[in-house]
Amino acid sequence: MSTVLLLARRELASYLNTSWGYAVLFFVLVADGLWFNLLAVTDQPRLSAEVLEMFFFGCGGMAMIAGVLLTMRGLAEERSAGTMVLLQTAPISDAQIVTGKFLGSLGFLTLITALTFYMPALVELNGKVSWGQILSGYLGVILLGSVSLAVGLWGSAIGRNQLLSAILAGFLAGFLVISWYIARHTQPPLADVFGYMAVFDRHFMSFVRGRINTESVVYYISVIFFFLLWATRVLQSRRQS
Amino acid sequence: MIEVRGLSRFYGAHRAVNDVSFSIGANEVVGFLGLNGAGKSTTLKIIAGLIPPSVGTVIVDGVDVTTAPVSFRASIGFLPEEPPLYDEMTVIEFLRFLGRLRGLDSETLTARIPRVLEMCQLTEQCDRLISELSHGYKKRVGIAQAIIHQPKLVILDEPISGLDPQQIVDMRAVIKGLSTEATVLLSSHILSEISQTCDRVLVLKDGRKIADGSESELSTRSTQKLCLVLRQPAADKNQDSVRKFLEDCDFVETFQITPSTETGLVEVVVELSSDQREDLVSGLVHAGVGVRKIEDTMDELEEIFMAKIKEGVA
Repeated sequence: MSTVLLLARRELASYLNTSWGYAVLFFVLVADGLWFNLLAVTDQPRLSAEVLEMFFFGCGGMAMIAGVLLTMRGLAEERSAGTMVLLQTAPISDAQIVTGKFLGSLGFLTLITALTFYMPALVELNGKVSWGQILSGYLGVILLGSVSLAVGLWGSAIGRNQLLSAILAGFLAGFLVISWYIARHTQPPLADVFGYMAVFDRHFMSFVRGRINTESVVYYISVIFFFLLWATRVLQSRRQS
Repeated sequence: MIEVRGLSRFYGAHRAVNDVSFSIGANEVVGFLGLNGAGKSTTLKIIAGLIPPSVGTVIVDGVDVTTAPVSFRASIGFLPEEPPLYDEMTVIEFLRFLGRLRGLDSETLTARIPRVLEMCQLTEQCDRLISELSHGYKKRVGIAQAIIHQPKLVILDEPISGLDPQQIVDMRAVIKGLSTEATVLLSSHILSEISQTCDRVLVLKDGRKIADGSESELSTRSTQKLCLVLRQPAADKNQDSVRKFLEDCDFVETFQITPSTETGLVEVVVELSSDQREDLVSGLVHAGVGVRKIEDTMDELEEIFMAKIKEGVA
């Protein structure tokens, strides 16, 4: 476990020591801020709960984009810079490499998400908020972002370069988002499958409304585990080829 | 200490490494030779635990790469041709990170890092960012990361490629220093470098091992071509005494005499069936011929290498 945490710390430091990390942080905070000002807080009077719902809706979307942008470098950059050999000749498993990278990027995504806290705090100043809704909203954002990070790491393990990794991961993350729409235009049992896979519509919306749905938590953890396992298998098979 | 048994590696139908076996004792410095595509880098990667063998195994200090790959890698230090470095770290941060990754605790690392910096002649560079270092220093940082965890075996793939003459001399000293605490396996295209730094040579051709031994062991199995500059006796203007002596020598396979532009001197290229240079020189002196100069026509290792590559068999 200490090795995984060491790798996670190194990954987190790589975001804090490079302009890429700050570029993603800046992009997400600006986009969240604009979303909050333009769409969540409007001229029309709204309930605080509705403002928060709208805020977390946008925040979740930005977390998904940030997840792909952060992890597109992860394994692909190690490979292109030749530093993957440092990790793969160390006495650690490929699963530890993937988990360490995931936890490091999750740490940075959590930091970015935490920096948006001033927005719900502003709602508290001007209205009355439910702290349960804020907690469940942020939990949903982190879980949704984690799915995106896991998909991004998978893309980074498969892609030959960072751009291809981002395209692959973006495509797959996008598919998980729009599967609610596919579900509407297909017949059962496919409609049920696509409907269940809808990472945003089916599973995220309950969090923004202040409800922590155990089924959705299990779903998110399963998807994260699945893609991290797949990324590990890709690393293992690359050793063979 | 290091046992390589029946190692083979396939890439699809292509067999990059073909049934290679050898063993290396503790603290030996062994050179890996072969033409491009001979399978050197693939073999080194397998021994480093980076890729698994298709057939066969590598055992270092009793740990088998196929059955315990993770703990196997703890005994290995590996420097690929291009040193893998995190440019945004300082030398000391980099070594600390790699040391921790390879299982050293903080106290051990604090004691170990100064020793490694000293061995790799990096002490004065330790607080500099890796991105600011010259290529020669980057190579040394690459070696430092390979030995930070005191591995049993250090593998260096082309450690002197891209270095200037001064850096090569420094690197030679670093490599020789490594053998005090580890076994060293290195590959290089520069044969004179292998000759100067290695106790033993392994030659690969088409994925097969075709020679294994020290330079002197290998050279006794090959003919030797020497170039001599001789001073013929004053009365012997037609080089008859030199010619007669060489014709009578049973260990001389062929010879060619060329009068030198300098008066009284001749140049002779002679091929010996075995390493009997001393006999050749003493015989010439007894025949009244002065020996001014004797040297190999080619670098000895180069000659061995070319001969083995031509033979293609051990």
